[in-house]
Amino acid sequence: MSFRSGLRATPTIYKVAFSEAIAYRAEMIVWALSSSMPFVMLAMWSAVAADGPVGRFTAAGFGAYFLCTFIVRQLTGAWVAWQMNFEVRTGVMSMRLLRPVHPIWHFGVENAAYLPMRIAVSLPIAVILLVVLGRDAVSSSTLMWGMWLLAVVGAWWINFLASAAVGTLSLYMEQSIRVMDVWFLLYSLFSGYLIPVELFPGWIRPAIEWLPFRFIIDVPVQIMTGAVTVEEGAQLLLGQWTWVGVFLAVTLLLWKSGLKRFGAYGG
Amino acid sequence: MLRYLRLFGIQIRASLLLVLQYRADFLLDAVLSLVGPLTALVPLWVVFEQSDHLAGWSFPESLLVLGWFMLLQGILEGAINPSLTTVVEHIRKGTLDFVLIKPADAQFLVSTAKFLPARGINIVAAIGVFAWSFAEMGRTPSAWGLVQAFILLLTATLLLYSLWILTISLAFYVVRVDNLTYLFTALFDAARWPSSVFRGVWGILFTFVIPLALMTTWPSVAMLGNLGNSALVGGILGALAFSAVARGIWMLSLAKYTSASS
Repeated sequence: MSFRSGLRATPTIYKVAFSEAIAYRAEMIVWALSSSMPFVMLAMWSAVAADGPVGRFTAAGFGAYFLCTFIVRQLTGAWVAWQMNFEVRTGVMSMRLLRPVHPIWHFGVENAAYLPMRIAVSLPIAVILLVVLGRDAVSSSTLMWGMWLLAVVGAWWINFLASAAVGTLSLYMEQSIRVMDVWFLLYSLFSGYLIPVELFPGWIRPAIEWLPFRFIIDVPVQIMTGAVTVEEGAQLLLGQWTWVGVFLAVTLLLWKSGLKRFGAYGG
Repeated sequence: MLRYLRLFGIQIRASLLLVLQYRADFLLDAVLSLVGPLTALVPLWVVFEQSDHLAGWSFPESLLVLGWFMLLQGILEGAINPSLTTVVEHIRKGTLDFVLIKPADAQFLVSTAKFLPARGINIVAAIGVFAWSFAEMGRTPSAWGLVQAFILLLTATLLLYSLWILTISLAFYVVRVDNLTYLFTALFDAARWPSSVFRGVWGILFTFVIPLALMTTWPSVAMLGNLGNSALVGGILGALAFSAVARGIWMLSLAKYTSASS
């Protein structure tokens, strides 16, 4: 399972998974629709903001925030937990273990291969954002957009690794989908997916800021809408990539010891 | 009819045994059922930290809507979604054939395939939220209001179930749809807010196309004693029509079904 062979196989894995994404394009649309929550929250928060701004958010501010939220969520989606549960349960996992590529990397490339399709889904929303809310709704500095790219990549990694860690748990227990449901519950509350983090009352906000969740949605969105300065953004990125490191370590550790317990089912 | 009742009992017992097999999962599910409703309060709480009303609804009134949301979420995740997942898997693998050749109505069989009893906790939580809401308002609901609300609970369940049948029918056309449950849950999530939040196109969408307003907002209005009888009758007729359409589409899709494998 050398590093070199894994790297060499990457373009092929990517191509296969990409054609899979094309083949299941209807599924992609279903996925996009099921992450339509930001639009509902947009309607809800706009109703609240109708009588006057909430915090620093006007109705248009909420528009920019939640449209960006939709885009960031599209770009950072990962579903490896479901894949791993399915493969452990049906025995497909043993096939994957035979390959000379680290399975986590394999899953990662597969998940990343859906990105072009997901960008295609986000594009119309980006156009709506720019047309309806104007150029000022998003940041205009090139530096910020560079930071945004870094933030989205970091958010993707946190999301993917968390999902992979939960998926790895299926090696310990029979099924770990419920753990993923718990993760998603916390994620939707504290990532900014439903509520911009800064709208939480002051006493609970420090706790939320320490959790990894806001680095997945809120931080990239803040950078995207230019709500933070460059220094603040850099600080947030540092925190985000620290979490990437933590999740990477946890996932690899779980995987390594979980594999020893793995007995192939099916065949 | 009696035969179907007995069949129903057997299906419930089978799914209970199945659920108990995955013990860690079952325990976690019970915990999740306890915590889930509590977290549903968080967004509402944040909103009312910022403002004292939401699209014309006060805090206790919005609480009622949330209670109805919890109640129906319990029904959805305990009795409807699990079966949905099973059918989608059947269609993908082609094993739906085995269901179709059984000597009972296919829609009945797939609808009762799997239950998650732990989600019953949602019902208790919902009743708690109703009590809290009325205590906050300092009054009790009228008897007629409760009757109306109960009728609307039945129509809401019928609507949810019909929506589910429609979603399943989609699975016949789009094969790999293990994510349909997520779509369903995500769309339903909008029901936790009073329907007056949604204006224009959204309002029309959530009243007539995906009748979420009928499921949570109307029962709450009924509990507050403000629902007119014409609205009640309209709701009942609407739900019946909706379920008839859903059954029709299910039959059509089933006729089109050509086994995936085998």
